[in-house]
Amino acid sequence: MSTATETAHHGEHDDHHHHAPAGLKRWLLTTNHKDIGTLYLWFSFIMFLTGGAMAMVIRAELFQPGLQIVDPNFFNQMTTVHGLIMVFGAVMPAFTGLANWLIPMMIGAPDMALPRMNNWSFWILPFAFLILLSSLFMEGGGPAFGWTFYAPLSTTYSSDSTALFVFSVHIMGISSIMGAINVIVTIWNMRAPGMTWMKMPMFVWTWLITAFLLIAVMPVLAGVVTMVLTDKYFGTSFFNAAGGGDPVMFQHIFWFFGHPEVYIMILPAFGIISHIIPTFARKPLFGYASMVYATASIALLSFIVWAHHMFTTGMPVAAEMFFMFATMLISVPTGVKVFNWVATMWRGSMTFEIPMLFAIAFVVLFTIGGLSGLMLAITPVDFQYHDTYFVVAHFHYVLVTGAVFSIMAAAYYWLPKWTGVMYDNTLAKWHFWASLVSVNVLFFPMHFVGLAGMPRRIPDYALQFADFNKWISIGGFAFGLSQLIFLALLIKACRKQGEPATSQVWDGAEGLEWEIPSPAPYHTFDTPPLIK
Amino acid sequence: MAQEEYQKYYVPEQSVWPIVGAVALFLIAVGAGNLTIDITNGNEGYGQWVLLAGIVTLIVMVTGWFRNQIHESMSGLYSDQLGRSYRQGMAWFIFSEVMFFAAFFGALFYARTIAIPWLGGASNNAMTNEVLWPGFEAVWPLLQTPGGIESTQMGWFGLPLVNTMLLLTSSVTCHYAHVGLEQNKRKQLSWMLGLTILLGCVFLGLQVEEYIHAYDIGLTLDSGMYGNTFFLLTGFHGMHVTLGTVILIVLWFRVQKGHFTPDNHFAFQAGSWYWHFVDVVWVMLFFFVYIL
Repeated sequence: MSTATETAHHGEHDDHHHHAPAGLKRWLLTTNHKDIGTLYLWFSFIMFLTGGAMAMVIRAELFQPGLQIVDPNFFNQMTTVHGLIMVFGAVMPAFTGLANWLIPMMIGAPDMALPRMNNWSFWILPFAFLILLSSLFMEGGGPAFGWTFYAPLSTTYSSDSTALFVFSVHIMGISSIMGAINVIVTIWNMRAPGMTWMKMPMFVWTWLITAFLLIAVMPVLAGVVTMVLTDKYFGTSFFNAAGGGDPVMFQHIFWFFGHPEVYIMILPAFGIISHIIPTFARKPLFGYASMVYATASIALLSFIVWAHHMFTTGMPVAAEMFFMFATMLISVPTGVKVFNWVATMWRGSMTFEIPMLFAIAFVVLFTIGGLSGLMLAITPVDFQYHDTYFVVAHFHYVLVTGAVFSIMAAAYYWLPKWTGVMYDNTLAKWHFWASLVSVNVLFFPMHFVGLAGMPRRIPDYALQFADFNKWISIGGFAFGLSQLIFLALLIKACRKQGEPATSQVWDGAEGLEWEIPSPAPYHTFDTPPLIK
Repeated sequence: MAQEEYQKYYVPEQSVWPIVGAVALFLIAVGAGNLTIDITNGNEGYGQWVLLAGIVTLIVMVTGWFRNQIHESMSGLYSDQLGRSYRQGMAWFIFSEVMFFAAFFGALFYARTIAIPWLGGASNNAMTNEVLWPGFEAVWPLLQTPGGIESTQMGWFGLPLVNTMLLLTSSVTCHYAHVGLEQNKRKQLSWMLGLTILLGCVFLGLQVEEYIHAYDIGLTLDSGMYGNTFFLLTGFHGMHVTLGTVILIVLWFRVQKGHFTPDNHFAFQAGSWYWHFVDVVWVMLFFFVYIL
């Protein structure tokens, strides 16, 4: 690819654009995709540490059997808000931040298609989480019903502050929908000439499909929280059998949102990994077209598998069979991806820089999470695993060593492009190895305690689980502390301490974003580059 | 795509409105949340004032943002490419609205085809019916809930049928207003748009009438699944018609000021798409809530 620049007329607003406005106003009023991307990424990291602190409370309580540190109601609030923050505050905004930074640079666009709405969709997020977090300090406490807020826990038995939870989720939803509309319109309409669909970088493809999923399911989440609100406060009985409703209906509507949601949190990760592995294997991605089709298939299948979260609710056998086989079907396109990544590495001239280490860890550990998912998909087996720590192990493998590792890989990979300096390699190595070891000490034993029958979301447990839980907690604290290394590294990089980066940064890196200087100029493409 | 289309990349200036809008949503959420909690507990609170402040801020924000936008559009800053972005953005926004209604229609279908028959003993749930809800009969509309709350059916023949006619007619007038705009027949545009607004307002008036009637005959929000789905579906639809009407009124004033040309009228197109969308939702409602 090469860029042909041609001076063009921009209208009278040129002057405002060629230098970044300074101070607080820059961040509050910005319409710049890079500024907004940075805001999203820092917000997500702060939320990651906040949600992580809650996980530390959980692990401290579970360090020993018996009730030690917090009361059970507060423990439940911690598990609930930990989940909500990590899903809606850490992982999703991190991907949106990456989309903001990268998509315009990758497709040769000057900015996102709707820059002001872009700013709005970011700035409502901190407010949403302010509301959610402040509800923890209200009388009766915050949400304590699990991030899935199953009725009747969230209706009949929830604390007074549930209305605030509902409205904060509404705002998170509005933010995601606007962000997704922006991404989809940018990709559809702002590609540089020559950037045909099948030339689009994988990250752009995966985000296009993710954005579609977001627009399709976030409104369903808004619908279901609204029903929770009216059931709790206004006398409706959507989830109450006495009025002709059904608590299981809550689960159906919730998981109709919830299952595509988990792919929302992993498809962009697939995109990231599909960039990093070819770079450091110095080979083009194996099976690009099959990657695109696999992503689309996963997205479509995600709409017909939701009830695999509900095998034990007493569905008719035919429904259980349908959802079991549909779920297993997803492992086919996912397998295609894993094999493609491995085939990309096959006989490549591999080097193991930090992004590549995270990417390889992703492939291995995400596959473990995928395989335990396949075990959970088998209905009769799931009857045993349901609501045990096996499930907790499964989704932390796909979300922490999957989604979060991919975000870290992306941060290391593109950080030199964003800041103009190479990150501190010593700190980075410490961060990677400490995270890799501790995350497995943290989550791997959960498989065993889960298979042995330890239920999730409890502040106390039977004595025979004590040893494993001690190690899980130690792993948890270590993983938490390791992230402070990452914080130090990020602060260093953002203060531009480090060797200056070249524009290509990595030997094997290909794509439009590597052809512009590092750090990327405030406005990237004033005129469209020509993609050949 | 041709190179020329990209000659006028337009990246808008910084704007104060998004952050004002964020504060507005924050106030609305805090206000509505606290108001809801206070009403339920019977407390006097400050929620309504925060909510009001949020709504006022939102109105100021929308007005300011749109004024800014209209000004920029009228001074010819926008490119065709931006126009396409706006249209696609609006289309996806409407799709998200469709999915919002789908959640409530989903609840309606689930209750009718699964939850209520099971409570009545269908499938393998004989004991649920015998032991938990003895004597409960599964029928739709659910005029007597398993818990014993009674309500009355809302017929489709009277006001709902009239309302259906009104909205369908308004869709036609809205279309002819658009045709008038495209053929530069400003008079037709103005009259047809005005007529659409009038029909929308009459519809909303009749909906209010119908709600009063419903409460008179004992069909209320808390009268079980039938009342729940009836009021939430028609209620959210009514809110969307209200919003649509406000949009059309703004468009009407802009038409009077001579805005929009046959080939540059994104705002009008978006408003008319939105109006057709609320019509389609109503037709679905009329079939699934009233008739079937």
